[in-house]
Amino acid sequence: MTPHRATLLGIAPTLLIIGVLMVVPMIIMAAYSLMEASSFGGVLPHFSAEAYIKLLFDRDLDDSLAFDPSYMIILWRSLRIAGLATLITLCVGFPVAYFIATRPPEQRTLLIFLITIPFWTNLLIRTYSWVLILRDTGLINTVLQAGGLTDQPVKLLYTEGAILFGLVYTYAPFMVLPLYTSLEKLDFRLVEAARDLYCGPWGALRHVVLPLVKPGLVAGSILVFVPCLGAFVAPDLLGGGKELMISTLIQLQFTSSRNWPFGAALALVLLALVMLTLTVSAVRQARATAEGGH
Amino acid sequence: MARTIRKVTDLPGFRGFTWLFFAYLYAPLVLLVVFSFNATRSGTVWSGFSLTWYAKIAADSQIQRAALNSLTVAVCATAIATVVATAAALAMKRGVPFFGKKVTGGLIMTPLVVPEIVTAVATLLLFSAIGLSLGLGNIILAHVAFCIPFAYLPIRARLERMDESIELAARDLYATPWQTLRTVTLPLLAPGIVSGALLALITSIDDFIITMMVAEPGATTLPLYIYGMLRLGVSPEINAISTILLAVSVMVVTLSHLLTRRR
Repeated sequence: MTPHRATLLGIAPTLLIIGVLMVVPMIIMAAYSLMEASSFGGVLPHFSAEAYIKLLFDRDLDDSLAFDPSYMIILWRSLRIAGLATLITLCVGFPVAYFIATRPPEQRTLLIFLITIPFWTNLLIRTYSWVLILRDTGLINTVLQAGGLTDQPVKLLYTEGAILFGLVYTYAPFMVLPLYTSLEKLDFRLVEAARDLYCGPWGALRHVVLPLVKPGLVAGSILVFVPCLGAFVAPDLLGGGKELMISTLIQLQFTSSRNWPFGAALALVLLALVMLTLTVSAVRQARATAEGGH
Repeated sequence: MARTIRKVTDLPGFRGFTWLFFAYLYAPLVLLVVFSFNATRSGTVWSGFSLTWYAKIAADSQIQRAALNSLTVAVCATAIATVVATAAALAMKRGVPFFGKKVTGGLIMTPLVVPEIVTAVATLLLFSAIGLSLGLGNIILAHVAFCIPFAYLPIRARLERMDESIELAARDLYATPWQTLRTVTLPLLAPGIVSGALLALITSIDDFIITMMVAEPGATTLPLYIYGMLRLGVSPEINAISTILLAVSVMVVTLSHLLTRRR
């Protein structure tokens, strides 16, 4: 067997599986989004742009179209919550990553391992643990009421704040890890030099550290933003399914709403938003490298 | 003040903030585990140690079936994903350059990039379009795809750190390529392969969204069962199953971590 043939034989099964189970399904999804919905679920095999019209318009009884922003509101809410969650994880993750990166090596390995452990535990369970804390009879409300701070339980669960809390909790490790990787490579003698030259601790952070770890900041932000945008479990369990985000809306099209083409169109919109985020950041990264930056 | 000398790179408040962060990360899980041993149904008031809820789930045949389904799916998906990912990593790292190598590297990562709900919907549409109805087989197929990158990454990382000169020495000493692979490369690669397999296993056992969309009625895995229970409200049985799943995840990941670090 020639080396060339062996290489192709080695890669073929993986390509076949990814092709059949990832690429082909996306093509089918795109095709389904352009067909007419069958009222029993599934599709009728002829062309229709109805799914995309439905994104923006509501069809009245007399077949006239009226602008309907309700789906755009859900899309905007998803973007807003994902953006906010990214911003919060950035503020929370940076001090943690910085602290870990300035520890001795053996401590670093342990701390980073402790950061990754929750990522490998079940997402449902992690989110459920916040239901136990935030619900009306949960830990926070019990403590507040026992302390006489409030008579009525404070509504914490099933709010947008609860969704944000859950997302930050789930995806903060995604921010800490790339930030840590950047910070670990940073030559901290530069910070010492800055301090020697009468720069304050925060000045050194702003003028020396932050510009050098920008790739880590960008990578972490993307790693958090992308899954937050498509998050399903946190909005479902902590948001109570009232303040819909896009993934819940997609799931509904395949269950109770039985509108497969619309669900497929929404999934494509979500995929397009993710690809746009990734492409923009990749292009900016390439440009920064080409300019001889970092 | 009796304080240790601060390094010049330290920033005020970062130490305290980091410990707070770890508390935030672990407190909810600790709370969940503690109350799985509570004597009453309460999730907030401690009323004594008891194994009631563990006895309850141990006697529940539906939970057992769900756990068995989860294990069957995870073992099958992991076995397939690990074998093909090992072959792929060897081809990408030790093979000759081939047309479309860069695209292939990207394609292997697609399951990590595409939002889970999108993969879930697309897979459901594929299965419905070709009328595939294999029960657990549907779930296994869906899991194989997203398990591949989780298995591939540690194997590839191990290959990158391995000294290729040992393999070249074997070839110099008239070992055939097949003998070299079997007696030199694969044994050296073993920790990476086991580490990748363990990560794939955990990812499969914990998967919820894709399983939820492609599962046929009756093919219930543990996360699907837990979700069904959650819909009915908070209960200590959920805490007990969660604790068991958490323990399994932590053990498997720790094992994988130790294997990756071994030289």
